[in-house]
Amino acid sequence: MAANLMLSDVKEGMDLPILEKAVKPVTVVLGAVASRDWRPQHHDYKFATGNNGLDDIIMNTPNLAAWFERYLTDWTGPKGRLGRIKFRMKDSIYPGDTMHFAGKVTKVTPGAKGTAWVDVSIELTAGAKQCVGCVARIAVPESPEANPWKLKGDDWKP
Amino acid sequence: MAAESAADLPEEVRSWIEKERYTEKTTFPIEMGYVLTTLSATQNGNPLYWDEKVAQEVTGGPITLPTMVSVWFRPHDWSPGRTEPAVPLQLHFDLKAKLALPEAVMSDNTIIFGEPIRPGDILTTTQILYSVSPLKTTKLGTGRFWDFGVRTVNQRGELCAEERYTGFGYNRS
Repeated sequence: MAANLMLSDVKEGMDLPILEKAVKPVTVVLGAVASRDWRPQHHDYKFATGNNGLDDIIMNTPNLAAWFERYLTDWTGPKGRLGRIKFRMKDSIYPGDTMHFAGKVTKVTPGAKGTAWVDVSIELTAGAKQCVGCVARIAVPESPEANPWKLKGDDWKP
Repeated sequence: MAAESAADLPEEVRSWIEKERYTEKTTFPIEMGYVLTTLSATQNGNPLYWDEKVAQEVTGGPITLPTMVSVWFRPHDWSPGRTEPAVPLQLHFDLKAKLALPEAVMSDNTIIFGEPIRPGDILTTTQILYSVSPLKTTKLGTGRFWDFGVRTVNQRGELCAEERYTGFGYNRS
């Protein structure tokens, strides 16, 4: 976990640090339970392979959203405030895969009260598989005194 | 801006477009147990969620992970008296049934975050259908794309999140 990222640390076109995580069956099952997702393709190997034609149980979408959030706030520190996130599922993630998160800053724009919006594009891959494409907008402070979490109403329009 | 919907939709489905449906409250006050489990599941060490002092300084007290917004509305797998499994995003399942499209996938998901969700909050969601496409054929089969949203507010009526989903309901090729 980084200290709080400041706007001065951010440049358009810069790469975010890579995050890699090996996926085990417990990674999938724990993520599904944490997100209250009881659908069998996330915990039942026979169902996933027999009924759904998958190779194994698969990571569920809400938990992947939480992984993207973790990837972003690892970079920004606790003052980074997620404004919006959009993702498109392309392929499944299975136990045995290694998730590889790679992000790039695409745009930086002024925000309210000493904050800025940072747009980031992230690709989640596993080996040769392009699994999830994601774009996110996260607010960061311009100075140690600023705090995106204090923005409300018209000051918070992500 | 919602896409224009197909002209050949059943009248009942057409009547759902741009109308609020399935307004419901969370079945339990928001709590930190699931937050800690999510942090564990994603190996997320953000001190905002682990250190009360940081939470007090940065967010004025504990909050939940923004991306967990949909977690609070997933039904229990079992509850007394229920004979059929409850499903989240009921509107999505209504569309599958009314349009006779038994298979479905979600392709895109957008979430715009507002006021942080805090332990003890009582949330209310509303589902809104924005559009349903004409019949289209993809590698999965023939069916329709639908665009719908979920709006979440807290007990003070403050907007916590707007979610937008694109689903594709289809019959297998």
